Amino acid sequence: MDLALAPETLARWQFGITTVYHFLFVPLTISLAALTAILETAWVRTGKEHYLRATKFWGKLFLINIAMGVVTGIVQEFQFGMNWSDYSRFVGDVFGAPLAFEALIAFFFESTFIGLWIFGWDKLPKKLHCATIWIVSIGTILSAYFIIAANAFMQHPVGYKIVERDGVKRAELTDFAKVLFQETALVNFFHVISAAILVGGAFMTGIAIVHLRKKRHIRTMRTSLRLGLVTAFVGTLLTVVSADTLGKVMYEQQPMKMSAAEALWESEKPAPFSIFAYGDVSEGHNKVAIEVPGVLSFLAKNNFHAEIPGINDLNKEAREKFGPGDYRPNIPTAYWSYRWMIGFGGVSMALCTAGLWLTRKKFWLAPEHRTGADEIPKLMLTKNRELAPRIGSWWWRLSQWTLIFPLIGTAWGWIFTETGRQPWVVYGVLRTEDAVSPGVSQGEVLTSLIGFTLIYAVLAVIEVRLLLKYVRQGPPELTEADLNPPTKIGGPGSGKGSDSDSDADADRPMAFSY
Amino acid sequence: MQLHDIWFVLIAVLWIGYFFLEGFDFGIGVLTKLLARNRVEKRVLINTIGPVWDGNEVWLLTAGGATFAAFPEWYATLFSGFYLPLLLILVCLIVRGVAFEYRAKRPEERWQTNWEHAIFWTSLIPAVMWGVAFGNIVRGVEIDAHKEYVGSFFDLLNPYAILGGLVTLTLFTFHGAVFASLKTVGDIRVRARKAALGLGLVTAVLALGFLLWTQADKGDGKSLIAMVVAVLALLGAIVAIKAGREGWSFALSGVTIAAAVAMLFLTLFPNVMPSSLNEEWSLTVTNASSSPYTLRIMTWCAVIATPVVLLYQGWTYWVFRKRIGTQHIADAAH
Repeated sequence: MDLALAPETLARWQFGITTVYHFLFVPLTISLAALTAILETAWVRTGKEHYLRATKFWGKLFLINIAMGVVTGIVQEFQFGMNWSDYSRFVGDVFGAPLAFEALIAFFFESTFIGLWIFGWDKLPKKLHCATIWIVSIGTILSAYFIIAANAFMQHPVGYKIVERDGVKRAELTDFAKVLFQETALVNFFHVISAAILVGGAFMTGIAIVHLRKKRHIRTMRTSLRLGLVTAFVGTLLTVVSADTLGKVMYEQQPMKMSAAEALWESEKPAPFSIFAYGDVSEGHNKVAIEVPGVLSFLAKNNFHAEIPGINDLNKEAREKFGPGDYRPNIPTAYWSYRWMIGFGGVSMALCTAGLWLTRKKFWLAPEHRTGADEIPKLMLTKNRELAPRIGSWWWRLSQWTLIFPLIGTAWGWIFTETGRQPWVVYGVLRTEDAVSPGVSQGEVLTSLIGFTLIYAVLAVIEVRLLLKYVRQGPPELTEADLNPPTKIGGPGSGKGSDSDSDADADRPMAFSY
Repeated sequence: MQLHDIWFVLIAVLWIGYFFLEGFDFGIGVLTKLLARNRVEKRVLINTIGPVWDGNEVWLLTAGGATFAAFPEWYATLFSGFYLPLLLILVCLIVRGVAFEYRAKRPEERWQTNWEHAIFWTSLIPAVMWGVAFGNIVRGVEIDAHKEYVGSFFDLLNPYAILGGLVTLTLFTFHGAVFASLKTVGDIRVRARKAALGLGLVTAVLALGFLLWTQADKGDGKSLIAMVVAVLALLGAIVAIKAGREGWSFALSGVTIAAAVAMLFLTLFPNVMPSSLNEEWSLTVTNASSSPYTLRIMTWCAVIATPVVLLYQGWTYWVFRKRIGTQHIADAAH
């Protein structure tokens, strides 16, 4: 059989496509849920209308996005059994529990309270309504935690033992707390959440700029711009710190992945950080390499002179430990996905950090340069000096165009960490080729691979066009009903015999309906 | 009773929860074509499940996740074995979720009618497929000594399983019609009751056939009790809807679903997936289960989390307790 069409290859492509696609909605959902919750809280506390308009605007984009996140997530729950049945049999005892926890604790939170939030505008008092979006937000974060803990077991298996049952070996759980709270899980979670914050911040900033550049909805969008920039800046700081921590943990646990990320073929002391490399995988060396000396040693070990093991040595070491075979991941994929992750994330980090400074309200700013709530902020370089308009207009434009750069970065990050672990599915314990479903035919996998890809492609077009429509439409005008939320649960007309429940109230159209 | 027996019961409970809840929202999806006379009525029906369908669907994800954790072999054999039917269900659930959320987000008529077709088909197909799947599980399929399904896709389309699919389709649609009569007001409520009556009778004939077949083939004393409860509850639900007691009827159609699913699980036990090739090769609660340590952790989680989930999901239904009629659908908010 042609290797390119081996069931394992097809199943991997399917898993890659469906998972990366699913994850495109995840960081945006995590951050937009929290940002919408923050905006609604601001409205509940201050009663200022532009906060409510912002809540409705960002809430709508959030809903369009989470709908896709939810439905593509269903595939994730079943795909292990469908395409990776030997994996499921081998690790189910360990891996199943966090997944079940995720469903029971996080998914129910998200899905139930999102219904309350969507349909609850005229059913719930505003504080309670605001609480529902916070619960959704907590649900999204919990969900991320459980699935990352499960993934951390694949990256760095702990808290298990191998047991033989009915003549078949499998991993059995011995310490659930270890699986849930091992360093790999904590640091990975920290990194994913930080990146999600950056994703949401850059997204909000970019869309706010779309309107500000056209001088529309200035009040709401100015608030959104500041919130977006602050969020992106917080995300930037956390992402940098978590990336550094994660890099060091990974060098301890999976040196092969990290050396592949640097195309560091031979062990070096000190090791350089690669800017560009072009090499020959079969011969095991680079032909062209642009490098910064010592930096990799520092990133990996906090020491500019530490020795870093190279791919060729690590491969030899692995052969001695696990027997003959090639223990290298796909090096160009690891090398470039790592760079795309950093590159796409880095661009937005720089733009948003600059923007946070340039659009500041009062700090180190002469009073005559301060702008009001209904004006577009000036880009101020120093106390009295405005950024040259030509450069300034580029900041506006670039920050708008790069609004999904961090999102692309997170996708590359997952591609890196998952392909970089190959040929293992559970590092050092189970090979990917031994994890695939033996009973599922090539034709079946091909059917589902093509089916999912086509449907996902169509849905992507629909989703993006819908997002664009609502982005262009801008924040909605508020109605009487919006400004007078119900004071009791259930809304008007649902009680029995109270004075306020006139027939007119009972027949009032729903504030939201499908 | 050992931990893996408890988990067998808990998995059954999760499927009962799923079919009880998503049962009526599948039913509502099918009824959008059978019951609604115009676009506004369609929207009335869709909005009766609007705030809750997503939460209902999580019962499936939980059943899937819990099976993975408590019976990894069952999860692996079932999902890889029933690959294509499951794929079809997944595709339907994907499109269905998007259809609910996106249908009203553009005013164009074509956009909306396309999503309405989608809602109908993606409710109908899984409603049938789940019956087919469970029919096959109970009947037993070709599982080899390595716990792998070795039959083909077409082996799954046998008369017993197809009858099972028709039963779930009609039962869910009946359950949905009763739910519609309970949640709507005006003309559509009257028609929902009438439709429920007709659907109830069709369901009764099919369900009786399927359950008797099951009992004759696999049944014992316990499953007979469950069967009798299911049949009596179904008849009670039909009588209640005729008498205009919508709440009672809904409770009883729920009991029908619960008792019928319980019956299927009772006939399975202690197997979880019987092999039709060799009884020795069947997956059982013992040879398919996780270790006692994992099951203990899972039990703690289930014991604490499930009541909380029931509490807040129940509260959601109370918040949206008001009936919906055509007057509640704003013209502007297409």
